[in-house]
Amino acid sequence: MIEKKVIRELTAIVGAGNVFTDKADLVTYSYDAAVLAPVAPGVVARPVAPEMLGRIAALCNENGLPLTARGAGTNLSGGTIPEPDGVVVLTNGLNKILEINAADMYARVQPGVVTAKLAAAVAARGLFYPPDPGSQAVSTLGGNVAENAGGLRGLKYGVTRDYVMGLEFYDAPGNLVKTGSRTVKCVTGYNLTGLMVGSEGTLGVISEIILKLIPPPADRRAMIAVFNRMDDASRAVSAIIADRVVPATLEFMDNFTIRAVEAYSHAGLPEDAAALLLIEVDGHPAQVAEDAEKVEAICRKHGAAGIRVAADDAERDRVWEARRSALSALAKLRPTLVLEDATVPRSRIPDMVRELEAIAKKHDLSIGTFGHAGDGNLHPTILTDKRDAKEWRRVERAISDIFDAALSMGGTLSGEHGIGTAKSGFMERETGPGALVFSRRLKSAVDPKNILNPSKIIGRAEASLDFKSGDLKSGDFKSGDLKSGEPESGKPESGAAGAGV
Amino acid sequence: MSDMKRLALMLKELEEQLTVCMKCGMCQSVCPLFEETGREADVARGKLALLDGLGREMFDDPAGVAERLNRCLLCGSCAANCPSGVRVLDIFIKARAILAGYMGLSPIKRAALRGMLAHPERFDRLVAWGSRFQKYFTRPVNDLVGTSCARFVSPLIGGRHFRPIAETPFHERTPALDTAAGASGLRVAFYVGCLLDKIFPEIAEDVVAVLNHHGVGIYMPEGQACCGIPALSSGDLKTFGALTRRNLERFDPGDFDYLVTACATCTSTIKEMWPLMAGRCGVDKVDGVDKADGVDGVDGGKISAIAAKAMDINQFLVSKLGVGAAPESSAGAAVVTYHDPCHLKKSLKVVAEPRIVIRANPECRLVEMPQSDWCCGLGGSFNLQYYQTSAAIGRRKRDNIRAVDPAVVATGCPACMLQISDALSRAGDRVAVRHPVQLYARTLRA
Repeated sequence: MIEKKVIRELTAIVGAGNVFTDKADLVTYSYDAAVLAPVAPGVVARPVAPEMLGRIAALCNENGLPLTARGAGTNLSGGTIPEPDGVVVLTNGLNKILEINAADMYARVQPGVVTAKLAAAVAARGLFYPPDPGSQAVSTLGGNVAENAGGLRGLKYGVTRDYVMGLEFYDAPGNLVKTGSRTVKCVTGYNLTGLMVGSEGTLGVISEIILKLIPPPADRRAMIAVFNRMDDASRAVSAIIADRVVPATLEFMDNFTIRAVEAYSHAGLPEDAAALLLIEVDGHPAQVAEDAEKVEAICRKHGAAGIRVAADDAERDRVWEARRSALSALAKLRPTLVLEDATVPRSRIPDMVRELEAIAKKHDLSIGTFGHAGDGNLHPTILTDKRDAKEWRRVERAISDIFDAALSMGGTLSGEHGIGTAKSGFMERETGPGALVFSRRLKSAVDPKNILNPSKIIGRAEASLDFKSGDLKSGDFKSGDLKSGEPESGKPESGAAGAGV
Repeated sequence: MSDMKRLALMLKELEEQLTVCMKCGMCQSVCPLFEETGREADVARGKLALLDGLGREMFDDPAGVAERLNRCLLCGSCAANCPSGVRVLDIFIKARAILAGYMGLSPIKRAALRGMLAHPERFDRLVAWGSRFQKYFTRPVNDLVGTSCARFVSPLIGGRHFRPIAETPFHERTPALDTAAGASGLRVAFYVGCLLDKIFPEIAEDVVAVLNHHGVGIYMPEGQACCGIPALSSGDLKTFGALTRRNLERFDPGDFDYLVTACATCTSTIKEMWPLMAGRCGVDKVDGVDKADGVDGVDGGKISAIAAKAMDINQFLVSKLGVGAAPESSAGAAVVTYHDPCHLKKSLKVVAEPRIVIRANPECRLVEMPQSDWCCGLGGSFNLQYYQTSAAIGRRKRDNIRAVDPAVVATGCPACMLQISDALSRAGDRVAVRHPVQLYARTLRA
């Protein structure tokens, strides 16, 4: 229970209509899009002015209350699931686009602005904000920055990190911190902007973001290439990039996904194809023509059975409609969908795809794989029913195997969904103990009472952790046996991420 | 058995459907209510989580859940856009029935639904009284939109600008019809619906005129009852069952080729809700309510036969009678914009036909408004319970209508017409609000 005094003070900060304490409201902030057990907070506050964020942080810090910032709650790794009796701070009341500056090509926004709304507003001014996470229709920019969200255009245009020029945020005691600038160049002080991007709300609460904008491409062309052998498709991906062509999007769908999409949307996809590549090149019209030709030739050279180039916008839309419906189509097959985002260097895609097939067979699971082949960020999608405890244990083992496979190829646990609580137990497998200890020291220095989204990314530190020696002993974490690398919790609903590419 | 256990058991039938929600949150992008409030309890994902939590006895606040469940327009935008295909409306309708069965109806709803709506003759008499006396309490406020407002401060009317009750309802002008198929070779049942009968009889007259013009036989029995949606959305299965049974007595699917309505909500209720609720709500079994009080005890086969024949009038005109757009609109054609009723576009997927019917009139030049399928915000009793929020959503619709500066806004649902009239009139706009059939009927008179 949160003390009445704290509720009163919260109410004084944000106003009576913006504090929720009814159980039936708290339950609706107990989850995000990850397949994890829900945890209801003690109170929810919805600030409507940025300075309220600082006052709330200070209040939480004084009272030792865990604070979890929440945008749209589309997180796929449990990053927005609060602590029991914690405080959820909604950012969707801070949803103003403060400035779109065409001369200096940046936008200044509040954290609760919806990604797609900014993209549309920017496009109306003849500019381009490229990051396009799958949840962009609802996701907030504050959430995108906190998670370093990716999207379909990562290969050519990069991810959210590449567009954050500066930030304002409130630290745990409630001080306003300004970092970065509206200028292209800025080396004033530590790169706190870089530190905040992807910090999942553990280091501060973002109150304002300066985002880089770029000119939109003048032309673009989309195509679908059909392959009868998975390896051919994978090699075509590597060959396209090796030939110095960087498509704006280079997406991949395996046979399982193709069949699901076709059954769902009857888009006319070849159901017997082993793999599809969905490719779009963009830029100057002359370059688009040249790149498109190159891509087509490479696909044919690597055994493409057919290539369809979109003749107009309507055909282009159909190409991307097929890709966009992949998740929906898979989601309709079984009650629970576990969406992973382990990522490998793109040259290892053929190996990773083979490995995923072996893992599906080994654990007797249905895994559909699609995703951003161009940047090595595949989305193996496990179809299951979380109510089936036996099958769920196989799912957890398969996830662990997927992580091991990605790491053995020099890849990473998470390309774009974040660590949250779902993968915090696996962190050390990738980074070794050094990064964890360093991160924990950093966290304890700037947030000594550990109020900012505790337990996310770096697990749950025990007070006894010996920071001075820097030794990471097993048993130092509640998350338990880091050596064995098991996820934090053995509960049936733990371990994996949910939907929403 | 504890009360919570009993409720959890009642909610069990929803579990299979609730599991389908993967909590991706995409419903936030299309929910008209969430757009206004930003509250998770207002969007489908939040409501589904509440039902799931209640069913799993994670918390004990059925009244809190019922209250939040009722804060919903039932527009179905979420279901139409759900990546994993959660049947949100089915779940919400059943859950409202379960919770109302568990907690009972509020006295006001009980009086309105069981005291009035369930008895069509009584309902007619009360409305006739209202029609006679409304002039003492209200005054016309916008002649072009056709709205009135309260003369004095009135808690019932508030700040609303409403379409007054017709002086003579349609059922008094034309009590019944029974004509044979003409040139078209088709005969339809005409289900009038409350709003056409009592507020927009001129639309009903145009429907009859259009059907006559095309040589369509009309079967229109006396004493039609409400389609039942106000009762169903309040979870009142008893009234819903009584109304459905009464309508089934009057309409025999063997008598007609199609059952047409000019009300998007009536069509979707008959086509989707009647079969959904036919003898399978499950509440009565747990609640000890007499089975005959639900929709049980009626012929499920008859319901499916009528549902299969139910059709929106625009769809009927275009797909069965071949009504097509005029080759081009005339030089001085009026700008007409079209609002997609949720029950037409999202429930029944009727999108092109009403637009074709409008364009069948060369005096109309159809110009699309932005976000034509964004809900108008009426939501039936939602408007009565949450007028401020409903009006805010209506204001958004009004702004989108005004963006194309039309002379007429057309829409295929009389309920949307009420809400749009209120929003336009309160903003002082001079835009006429019409049903597409009215625009088409003009070409026949000309």
